[in-house]
Amino acid sequence: MKLKYTLLGAAAAFVMAPMAMAERGSDGHVNIIYWQAPSIMNPYLSGGTKELEAASLVIEPLARYNQDGAMVAWLAESVPTVENGGVSADLTTVTWKLKSGLLWSDGSPVTSADVKFSWEYCTAEGGGCAQSEKYNDVVSVDTPDALTAVVTFGVSKPFPYGPFVGAQAPIIQAAQFANCMGAKAPECTDENFAPIGTGPFTVTEFRPNDVISLAANTNYRDANKPAFATATLKGGGSATASGRAVLETGEFDYAWNLQLAPDVLANMAAAGKGTVVSSFGTLVERIMVNLTDPDPALGDERATAKHPHPFLTDINVRKALSMAIDRELLVEIGYGTAGRATCNVLPAPAIYASTANDACLVQDIAGANAALDAAGWAKGGDGIRAKDGVRLSMLYQTSTNAVRQDFQALIKQWWGEIGVETELRNIDASVFFGSDPGSPDTFQKLFADVEMYANNFDGTDPESYMANWECKQAPSPDNQWQGNNMPRYCSDDYDALVAEMATTGDLNDRARLAKAMNDMLMQDYVIIPLVDRGRVSAHSNTLGGVVLNTWDSELWNAADWHRM
Amino acid sequence: MLNFTIRRLLTAIPTLLFIGLIIFLLLELAPGDPMAQVPLTVPPEVKEKMREALGLGEPTHIRFWKWLVQFFIIEPQIYLDNTFGTAFAEGKQRVISWQTRSPVMDIVAQRIPQTLWVVGMSYIVGVLIALPIGIISAYRQYSVFDQVGTFVSMVGYSVPPFFSGVLVIVIFSVNLGWFPSIYDTTHQVVDWDSFVLQLKQMIMPVMVLALQTTAQISRFMRASMLDNLNQDYVRTARAKGLKESVVVMVHVLRNSMIPVITVIALGVPGIFGGAIITEQVFKVNGVGQLLITAIYANDIPMVQTITFIFAVLIVLFNLIADVLYGILDPRIRYD
Repeated sequence: MKLKYTLLGAAAAFVMAPMAMAERGSDGHVNIIYWQAPSIMNPYLSGGTKELEAASLVIEPLARYNQDGAMVAWLAESVPTVENGGVSADLTTVTWKLKSGLLWSDGSPVTSADVKFSWEYCTAEGGGCAQSEKYNDVVSVDTPDALTAVVTFGVSKPFPYGPFVGAQAPIIQAAQFANCMGAKAPECTDENFAPIGTGPFTVTEFRPNDVISLAANTNYRDANKPAFATATLKGGGSATASGRAVLETGEFDYAWNLQLAPDVLANMAAAGKGTVVSSFGTLVERIMVNLTDPDPALGDERATAKHPHPFLTDINVRKALSMAIDRELLVEIGYGTAGRATCNVLPAPAIYASTANDACLVQDIAGANAALDAAGWAKGGDGIRAKDGVRLSMLYQTSTNAVRQDFQALIKQWWGEIGVETELRNIDASVFFGSDPGSPDTFQKLFADVEMYANNFDGTDPESYMANWECKQAPSPDNQWQGNNMPRYCSDDYDALVAEMATTGDLNDRARLAKAMNDMLMQDYVIIPLVDRGRVSAHSNTLGGVVLNTWDSELWNAADWHRM
Repeated sequence: MLNFTIRRLLTAIPTLLFIGLIIFLLLELAPGDPMAQVPLTVPPEVKEKMREALGLGEPTHIRFWKWLVQFFIIEPQIYLDNTFGTAFAEGKQRVISWQTRSPVMDIVAQRIPQTLWVVGMSYIVGVLIALPIGIISAYRQYSVFDQVGTFVSMVGYSVPPFFSGVLVIVIFSVNLGWFPSIYDTTHQVVDWDSFVLQLKQMIMPVMVLALQTTAQISRFMRASMLDNLNQDYVRTARAKGLKESVVVMVHVLRNSMIPVITVIALGVPGIFGGAIITEQVFKVNGVGQLLITAIYANDIPMVQTITFIFAVLIVLFNLIADVLYGILDPRIRYD
């Protein structure tokens, strides 16, 4: 029986995958493990990835990104564009048409009023909506008929796919959340734990930070999906334990985000019960170079634009620091198949990826030494370079994390070989990434010479990401140390490119601008990119239909998952 | 004894208030930000709005006062409402967790059964194994049994659960495939098969934790027995011609149990506290796991409430241990 079933499943999967799922619920139960346990099922109240992905099983957006980063219509009939008339020529209005016949899991119809409500909910005063940036510049959402929602922006939006696109901005049911607006949002425990949705599953029991029990949505738009009648999303433990549960013991079918040492993962996969899958997005591990002086003696003006850094303002030093790094080795030690060396802070999607900086892929210690010699930085008796009494001695900080500490040690050694002295420091992630203006250890304050962390952007459009390095984004006491321009980079040319991109609608022009900005940052060596980090997950060999997606929720196509 | 108990209960009130304040101030002074786990793609001004929605903008003393009111007045009212169907707490703000935006006490109540089952069971198993080992070890001091018992106790003391836990998982889950490595908190025992499954998933965490309890209690039991075995009343009992089993199991054991019982009572609050590491290793998402995730997420109301409940239990069981001591040992009088 089992063999027959397996063979049938395999055959069907090869011939025509959708046919493998004969009917809804025929494949029994699926077990998913997230080593970080979801706390809430409402992504509007939590920016966390774990909540976002858990919720994506239940609530869905109008359009989302597929595994290639291309936008696909989800609850909408099609993705509105200027060509199909969905986006107005002046780029200020977007008309979304819902698929007809959509039902909420409670059986009531999905209407444009729900779309409008989702916007109102997230922008309500006092709600603290984590995704409010998605609704920036939206001035109104009109509902001319039950299936049409017209989003109007106050400004021209070259990329108008913030609202209602991607796992971050799903449609919630107006009827259910009507009494949960603004300051009342946190009081709606039942609603936040079990939202009524349009997705393939509905919540039967939500235990915060522990486990979510789900059942197939009987009103799901495809009568044959999902193949699983019930699902469990277990949370907690560690990446190692969840990898083991899928790859070695086979207790679970899908494990999320297995950030493990490459050899550990390879050993687990050798047990033959599951498959490791990886995919690349925009997450880049990078070193930020501080162009301002972090000397504590400067008091309140420490690490602000008023005091340029004594030696990192010399481009030769920054360039030498980048040249001395062997990125391939870092990948091999830290990430294995889940990483690849990169010379760009904007590595993807393909149309935005520049090839102008690829020289950095090869370590060049001799070249770095020569560059420093030529710039007048001479080695002293202790092997450390100095010029005019300024020694190349740096503080290098990052968050506490085994891989990051390995990277620090390796890079310290390479920098030692070019006569740069490095002191290492690691700070607990909750402090480092926390934005407590009272703490001197946040990554925004950057009271160090260089710091390392990873960052990416939501979706596929790099406009707001590249705008991070505008002059005005530099953290300083004047803006309570907010902003993402950690190097305190300030270039009129760069700001001009950012401004140009904000008004450019054509995709090819946007790609050209984004590449130009990336190249500018790279060739100024204010950001030293190290590793393009992929997402690694694992699924059991009996689970079919998994398509790892780094541009949206990993569980984006759970409706297509089936037993093989 | 009654006077003593009442006096102790009364002094416990200011003690607990002081502990509550200390916990609050410690959390207040500790660095960290509840928004630290939010991805960097969420802009800072949005995070600031989220912080305001959590009530972080208010001054410290007001937040402490609010927490006191919520914990000591509103939560008991909720309990009354749930038990008797009254409506004292209607519309009042409860202690809300920052991670889940839901009442902290509901989550704690949801977690208690898991913790009691696994950690409580391990405590009972541990004590049941420890007592005979302690008795025999003391009676046959320096025998092979005693040496082996001492060795096992030392192993129990010195091997941390993050090692022994993973070790048993690798042996029994990965290699032998006997037991699940991940505890299913939603599993319900309805028939024999589901009972067997429950046993299977409990056995590893229970034994790992019981090893530690056994180590501790058996050492106490042995030491206490040794103290008593050389007493004059034991020689008297033997001289009276009492059987050896009566001498050891009745005369010596009863007297030896007095300090051991207080030690056992003092360990009970630890059960409610859960076992942070073991719960993490076996994914038994109980109170310990709740506390550690709350600490990671800087969920201050949750951390504050759980630590304070621990404080209450510790103060309470200290009192219980003292009272038990007085009851068991007629020589002890508090009045």
